[in-house]
Amino acid sequence: MNRITTLFKKQQQEGQSGLLNVYFTAGFPEANDTLRVLTALQNSGADLVEIGMPYSDPVADGETIQMSNDKALENGMTVKLLFEQLENMRPAITVPVLLMGYINPVLQFGIEDFCKKCAETGVDGLILPDMPMDVFLDEYKPIFDQYGILNIFLVTPQTTEARIRQIDAISEGFIYTVSSASVTGSQTGVSENMEAYFEKLNAMELKNPRLIGFGIKDHATYSKACEYSAGAIIGSAFIRVLAEANDLEKDIATFIKSVKAPSVATA
Amino acid sequence: METTVANQPYQVNEKGYYGHFGGAFIPEMLYPNVENLRDNYLTIIQSPEFQKEYNDLLRDYVGRPTPLYRAKRLSEKYGTNIFLKREDLCHTGAHKINNTIGQILLAQRLGKKRIVAETGAGQHGVATATVCALMDLECIVYMGALDIERQAPNVARMKMLGAEVRAATCGSKTLKDATNEAMRHWINNPEDTHYIIGSVVGPHPYPDMVARFQAIISEEIKWQLQEHTGKENPDYVVACVGGGSNAAGAFYHYLDRPSVKLVAVEAAGMGVNSGHSAATTALGKPGVLHGSRTILMQTDDGQVVEPFSISAGLDYPGIGPQHAHLFASGRGTFLSATDEEAVQAAFELTKLEGIIPALESAHALAALGRLGAGPNDTVVVNLSGRGDKDMATYMKHLD
Ligand SMILES: Cc1ncc(COP(=O)(O)O)c(C=O)c1O
Repeated sequence: MNRITTLFKKQQQEGQSGLLNVYFTAGFPEANDTLRVLTALQNSGADLVEIGMPYSDPVADGETIQMSNDKALENGMTVKLLFEQLENMRPAITVPVLLMGYINPVLQFGIEDFCKKCAETGVDGLILPDMPMDVFLDEYKPIFDQYGILNIFLVTPQTTEARIRQIDAISEGFIYTVSSASVTGSQTGVSENMEAYFEKLNAMELKNPRLIGFGIKDHATYSKACEYSAGAIIGSAFIRVLAEANDLEKDIATFIKSVKAPSVATA
Repeated sequence: METTVANQPYQVNEKGYYGHFGGAFIPEMLYPNVENLRDNYLTIIQSPEFQKEYNDLLRDYVGRPTPLYRAKRLSEKYGTNIFLKREDLCHTGAHKINNTIGQILLAQRLGKKRIVAETGAGQHGVATATVCALMDLECIVYMGALDIERQAPNVARMKMLGAEVRAATCGSKTLKDATNEAMRHWINNPEDTHYIIGSVVGPHPYPDMVARFQAIISEEIKWQLQEHTGKENPDYVVACVGGGSNAAGAFYHYLDRPSVKLVAVEAAGMGVNSGHSAATTALGKPGVLHGSRTILMQTDDGQVVEPFSISAGLDYPGIGPQHAHLFASGRGTFLSATDEEAVQAAFELTKLEGIIPALESAHALAALGRLGAGPNDTVVVNLSGRGDKDMATYMKHLD
């Protein structure tokens, strides 16, 4: 079974509380940091990791992630190089790994070659926000299925109930719940409006677990999100930690621990 | 404006595609907005009440129909019969306002309170700021920091019209980056804002919607050419292509008339192979840009390449999906003109006809010598805009 599915199954069976999914951009801060950051995240207690494939025109991203994309591209990151960096990540890396990015670089690599590489390196899922659902269903799903790669869909506060149901029906793994109408890195926190939206989603009794992302930046926002879902996703706040890190492993550990449990933040 | 639901090989199909190109490759955050537009645009623009307001404004405010002018001395020079479609005489100085009038009326009917737009040369920004002033709607225009410098007069016009001009400081600091910022703004303000895209680019239904608003150009050419020559069909229709809206409008009613050659002229910058070019079909490959599957300039890794052109309005790494389809199917002929050729063509038109064209339109004129048009042929060049905004560039070549 896919590592993502296994993780959520296990969470359900063991009643484990909120899972933490952390996003970082491949090749940031330095080209060779990808595996290093991934390893440090796993060692610090991240439950899943989302590796961003840098893109020149990330329209769904705010300034922080744009900056990391630009820097990574300057560092010479490409999809090809990313697969080389991840080539031997298994078995040392045991957490589920997802690749997140925009569809154009994936199309240029070739959908089939891309999925094949994912399977070979041990990537479990993809998040491609600008891949339309109908194109996925009509053209790519059989390829994803053949290689056992899950495609993670997003829902937002503006997504209609009918569409949420449709997304739930074709999703596997989890549903990425975007907390507010915004690009990544917004500073709004978790407002009352959002809580109403999260409650609405809970009441829908979807078959897939949900992770809440966008605006999650510390223990308070993480635990708030976990009250309403299977866990939370941190992106921009973690990129800021990487951008300012003096000692990558140590600073990553300090941050992740502070998000999961504030009391051990200084340990 | 074109309102019939087309079912022709070069028009958009019911799924939002032109052949293999088009579609709506957008993040979920934009889906409800784009869906709302898609579900409503045809009904709204086909309503008699919308039609009347749109056509009245085009006539009384924009100054349509724009003349189709027989350019005698230019014709002599090239040994053929050249007509200029005078979009440069539109209010605000370019064809862009045909689209912004249509979209502002649509935005009102969708209950939107604020308009966001991107602009390259500033012509679309000015045309958007103009209709926002007219309709009393808030207006935010994103413009590449580099373009803000090279199109200063248009920045001043937008500000005087009450728009807020915001600099896009990422990437190449030109049109593609301004488009990214406008899309981000729309993601952040999904409910009260309408995004007025300035060309036939973006997710479906934008390319089709903008083309319909620009279709007035060829609708007029047909009857005007009939008056001049006794026949509706020219042998050639020539237009410059940035995103492709003036070309889409000039081609629209000729798409299904195979005897009419459709010639699109892209900006070659310092030369197609100089590494400083915006000749998309010559240099690009199929991919996804700004929400549609089209042809774009990109690296082997799928990163968008920063284009280059002397003309801010053509400085864009993609083309609209309909143009990608015209190119791939062979229905359209795609040429390019360098910066230098465009400037020369602008001076030539000015000298022969007393018309100073926009640098963008000058690219279309620069192709005249390469069409192979003879004394019995009729050529219509879409003169998309006037050159006032480009005087700083032209002055450098005055000696
Ligand atoms: C005068 C003029 N012509 C042409 C263009 C290019 O746009 P399009 O290809 O959409 O007509 C512009 C864009 O700013 C323009 O100002």
